[in-house]
Amino acid sequence: MSSLTLVQAINRGLAEAMRTDPDVVVLGEDVGTNGGVFRATEGLFKEFGAERVVDTPLSETGIIGSAIGLALYGLKPVAEIQFLDFIYPAFDQIVSEMAKMRYRSGGQFPCHVVVRTPYGGGIRGGIYHSQSTEAYFCHTAGLKVVVPSTPADAKGLLLTAIHDEDPVVFLEPKRIYRSVTGEVPDGDHRVPFGVARTVREGTDVSLFAYGAMVPAAEEAAAVLEKEGVSAELLDLRTLSPLDESAVIASVEKTGRAVIVHEAARFCGFGAELAALLAEKALYSLKAPVARVTGFDTPFPYALEQLYLPNTEKIVAAARAAVRAA
Amino acid sequence: MSESSGLVPLPYSPSEVEALLGEGGARTLLSAYRWMVLARTLDARMQALQRQGRVGFYGAATGQEAVNVAAGLLSAPEDWVFPGLREQLVALVRGHPLPTYVHHLFGDALDPALGRNMPCHPSARDVHYVSMSSVIGTQISQAVGVAQAMRLRRAAGVVLAFFGDGATSSNDFHAGLNFAGVLKVPVLFCCTNNQWAISVPVEHQSAVRQLSDKARAYGLLGHRVDGTDFVASYAALSGALGRLRDGAPPELLEFLLYRMTPHSSSDDPGRYQPPDWAERARRHDPVARLELWMSENGLLAAGVREELVSAAEASVRAAIEAAEATALPAESTLTEDIYAPRGPKLMGSGRGTETG
Repeated sequence: MSSLTLVQAINRGLAEAMRTDPDVVVLGEDVGTNGGVFRATEGLFKEFGAERVVDTPLSETGIIGSAIGLALYGLKPVAEIQFLDFIYPAFDQIVSEMAKMRYRSGGQFPCHVVVRTPYGGGIRGGIYHSQSTEAYFCHTAGLKVVVPSTPADAKGLLLTAIHDEDPVVFLEPKRIYRSVTGEVPDGDHRVPFGVARTVREGTDVSLFAYGAMVPAAEEAAAVLEKEGVSAELLDLRTLSPLDESAVIASVEKTGRAVIVHEAARFCGFGAELAALLAEKALYSLKAPVARVTGFDTPFPYALEQLYLPNTEKIVAAARAAVRAA
Repeated sequence: MSESSGLVPLPYSPSEVEALLGEGGARTLLSAYRWMVLARTLDARMQALQRQGRVGFYGAATGQEAVNVAAGLLSAPEDWVFPGLREQLVALVRGHPLPTYVHHLFGDALDPALGRNMPCHPSARDVHYVSMSSVIGTQISQAVGVAQAMRLRRAAGVVLAFFGDGATSSNDFHAGLNFAGVLKVPVLFCCTNNQWAISVPVEHQSAVRQLSDKARAYGLLGHRVDGTDFVASYAALSGALGRLRDGAPPELLEFLLYRMTPHSSSDDPGRYQPPDWAERARRHDPVARLELWMSENGLLAAGVREELVSAAEASVRAAIEAAEATALPAESTLTEDIYAPRGPKLMGSGRGTETG
C-alpha cells in the first residue's frame, strides 16, 4: 500500500503496466519529456524510452488513428488526449473506427485502445478545459466508459482497462487529481468493470454519482445524516458497462433516487439512469427521480461555481425527495 | 484489333519491360493479366447482379486493376494493407479466397464479417487486409500505427495505405503523413487518383498540380505514376517497397487513373462528367493496354484470352451460386462481436426493443 493522489495512482498504474507488459505503449501530446501537462506520465519517458512513450504531433485524430493501428497489430496503446474538450478531432476515429472495428470485421480485428483523458470542471478552465461529455461515448456501442473517483480505483480500473480486450474511454476527474489522497495497493491491482462501489449505505435516499461528483455527494450524505436522513451513495465507476443491478437494488431499498453529474442535463447520463429506474424500479419509487446536473449551456468561466453541482444542491434535491413521500 | 483503336500504347520494348520487371518479367505479365481478367469479370457480373437487386451495392474497381495487381504481387505475406473503396483485388492476389469475398458481397453467413459491412468493404485477417471503412481517410493514420507497431516489435513488414484523391483533403491524410514523416515508420501511401471523388473533379479537390507534391510538406518523397500502365505501376511499387524494406523513410505514390465506371451502383456520372470522359478513360484502360502490348509482343498466344475469360467466368459463377445458396447470418450475430466474447453482451441496458 502507498498513500497517493489520484494522478499519482494513474502514474503508478501506467508504470506498472509498462514494466510487466512490453506491449504497453503510451502516446500523446507532451507525454514524453514533459511527463504530461498534469504529470500523469511523469518518469515514463526516462524509464521506457521514446519508442514506448511517444510525444506525438499535435493532432488528436493522428493520436487515436495511430493508436488504433498499434492495437490492430496487437500492442496495447494507452493514448492521452490532453483534455476531453480537445477529443473531437478524434471523435471520428473513436466512434466510427475504434468502437466498430471488432464488430464490422466479424471479430477479426479487435481494437483494444485505452484513451485516457482528463475531464470536468472546477479548475477555472473555461469552456474548453472543463466539459463532461461522457454521454457521447456511452451512446456508442463498442466502447467502455470508465470514471474513477479514488486513487485506488484510478489505478485498479486503469490496469483493468489496459489489459481489457475492448476499447476504453478512461475519464479522469482532473479537479480531484491532487485534492484526493488515498491508500493504493502496490503491484498489479485491478478493479473489475461493471461493479459500482457502495461508498456508504443508507435507507432513505440513493445518491448516484461518479468522478469528481463523488466527493461532493459524500459531503452531502454527511450533511443529510446530521438532519436525520440516511443517504446511500453509489460510485458508478464504469458507466458502460453499467452496474444496473446495483442501481436497481439500491432504489428498491430506499425508494428515492438523486442522480448527480457535471454534464448538461438534457440527454445526459442521468437520463439513462432515470429511464432505467422507470423501466425496472418504478414500483419501488416513492418520489420522482431527481437529477442534479450542470446547466444546458456551454460550460461557463466566470460562473463556473453556479454551473456545477455542489454539496448544497445535492442536499436540497435529497431533502425534496424525502419530503415528497 | 478494332476495340483497341486510340488506346494509349505501353511505351516499352520487350527488353525495357524485362529490365523494369526483373527476371521472369513475361511470367509476371501473364500472371497479372490473369488477375485483371478475373477482376474485370467479377466487376461486370456483380454490377449486373446489383441492377437485378441480387446484391445491395457494388463499387467497381474497373480501371484500377494494374495498381491493385501490382500491389498484390509485390507485397509480402507479413505486410499489411489498408484499403480504400477499390482495393479488394489486392486481397485476392494476396491469397484471400474469391468464394469468401463473394460471400462478403452477398453479406451471408459465410462472410467472415457476418454481413455487417456493406458490399466491397471486406475484412480479411488471413491476408492482413484491414476491415474497410466508408469513412474517408481514417485508415491513413491507422496505417501509420501498424507500421509503428512493426518497428516496435522489430518485425519484418511494411504497410500499404490506399486512399483516393478525395481523401487527400481529409484530416487523416494530413495527420497520417505528418505522423509518418516524424516517426519515419515503414508505410507506403498509395493515392489512387481516379480524378473523381463521386462528382467532384480532382481540380476542385486541391490546387496542387500533382497530389504527390503534397508529400514534400511532410518531409517525404512523392512520385506520380501512370496507374493504368501495369509496368510503370509495378516498377514504382517495387522500387518504393524495396526502399522501405531497406529502412528508407515513408513515401507517397500517386497513381493517376481514369474512373471507368460510376462511383458506385448508387451514382449517375451523366450528371457531372464531360461527354468525352468515357472515351478518354477507355483509351487508358489498363487491362486493354496490357493486353495490346502482350499481343503485339507475342506474349498472348491465340486463344489464351478466351481461356482466361472463361475460367474467370466459371469461378465467379461458382462463387455466386455458393453465396446465393447460403443463408443470411443468424439473428444471434446481431449482438455479437460488439465486445470481446468474455465482455458484456451489450452496454448498459440496451437490448433494442426490450419490454421486460
